[in-house]
Amino acid sequence: MMQKQCDMNDVPAIELHNAAMSYGGRTLFRDVGITLAQGSFHFLTGPSGAGKTTLMKLCYGALRPTEGRVSVFGEDTGHMSRDEIARMRRNVGVVHQDCQFVDHLSVSENVLLPVKVSGAVAEDLDANLSELMGWVGLTNLADHRPAELSGGERQRAALARAVILSPDVILADEPTGNVDWEMSLKILNLLIELNRLGKTVLCATHDMSLIRQAKTRVSARVLRLRGTSIELAGAEL
Amino acid sequence: MNKLLDLLRGDTEADRVVPPTGFTVLLTLASSAAMAFLAVFVLALALSAGRQASAWEDALSDTATVRISAPADELEAQANAVETILAQTPGVGATHRLTADEQAQLLAPWFGEELPLDTLRLPILIEVSLDGEGPDPQGLRQRFAAEAPGAVFDDHGRWRAPMIDAASGLKTISLIALLLIVAVTGVTIALAASAALAANGQVIDVLRLVGAEDSYITRAFVRRFTLRTLIGAIGGTVVGLIAVALIPNVSLDGAVSDVGLRGFEWLLPFLVPVGAAMLAFGATRFAATRRLAEVS
Repeated sequence: MMQKQCDMNDVPAIELHNAAMSYGGRTLFRDVGITLAQGSFHFLTGPSGAGKTTLMKLCYGALRPTEGRVSVFGEDTGHMSRDEIARMRRNVGVVHQDCQFVDHLSVSENVLLPVKVSGAVAEDLDANLSELMGWVGLTNLADHRPAELSGGERQRAALARAVILSPDVILADEPTGNVDWEMSLKILNLLIELNRLGKTVLCATHDMSLIRQAKTRVSARVLRLRGTSIELAGAEL
Repeated sequence: MNKLLDLLRGDTEADRVVPPTGFTVLLTLASSAAMAFLAVFVLALALSAGRQASAWEDALSDTATVRISAPADELEAQANAVETILAQTPGVGATHRLTADEQAQLLAPWFGEELPLDTLRLPILIEVSLDGEGPDPQGLRQRFAAEAPGAVFDDHGRWRAPMIDAASGLKTISLIALLLIVAVTGVTIALAASAALAANGQVIDVLRLVGAEDSYITRAFVRRFTLRTLIGAIGGTVVGLIAVALIPNVSLDGAVSDVGLRGFEWLLPFLVPVGAAMLAFGATRFAATRRLAEVS
């Protein structure tokens, strides 16, 4: 049992093997091989249109690579059924730049959506929700509609929704894209806190200042999409 | 079966997540009510036509008529000969020579009540009841040709066949109309469901993003559209039944009569809402499955 536990911990959270992605004859990237160890913190950067969002989508099974394969905790997403992909996403929290909420539900109802759709029977759900809303600083806005929130508040609500099932992996796609610097730091702090709790974090951003800020506080690696390949960014950051 | 039970049980959470889409509510309710109304009418028409065909077949199949047209001085003798032949022929039951009053009654619809029959040379008509398979018509005609050449044996086949064909045709057309109603209802509900699914595209994207399985999303739409269709169809069926009950019975000497529902047939329209709900279940599942296939 102990051996099995150790083996499971050795499995990368997310792994891309020679992954390539092409759209309409245009190759976004090819031969991409990255391994996100469990509990690691990675930034994914690159110019607009380089394929950051596409690569993120590969990581949670929203897209399948045109070549190569993507594994989440050792499971090839290419071999997963739609329902298996859905269940896998309960262990991979996703935060989009445009957030994506169900507009007619309140913020707290949106945050609870993963619990509802998974059918999970959570004890002390109200207490946990309350604690989570406090953690992201939205206690007073829980009953508001998403449209009534500012950009930063929406990002934090999306983060709360992404972590409510306590997933092992957090994928954040430009979570600070539409917010000011102060709010960016708040969101970064939340991601760092999650990483310290053992969560694997992959954060796509083109904000180098944010990356530099993060590197002073957490051991984060930076993956940079350049041309059609990906590279590990070095000290020049 | 489990899916149907899940459907009946419902999922208020899923219902709440997927908001009702205004025009599709009306579209589904109105179209299912209208189609159920039409279905009840067409069903009543099909059943009436079937019943009419059977009635005509039964009413005329066990009778025949012998018509004797001959010069006045031979008419009575030939009529007597015909009666003798009929009495000797296997398959012939009772015979009845129509009286002058009965003939006048038959001709009244065309010539009026005041027809002076005694001034006309009318043929003698003998009504014949048939036993079992009836007589051999060829043999009978041959005997008539030899002993009463003015007699013509009419087994009513010439009249009966087109009437039965007409009633059967009406029944077939009614059933085709019923199938068309089913098809149009299915397509309408599928289109309404597709519109609702398209209008809720963002909701579906979010649900998939947070780990909802297709069955969760499908259930919310299928339940809603099935219940709406059921409610609309019940309304349409009730109105249709009232309308059928109010149809006056038209009787034109037995040519057209008994349009509507009789006896246990009144129970059959209650299958319309059940069928409509099952149709909605299938059509919405089909639409939802197709839409979800487009969402990653």
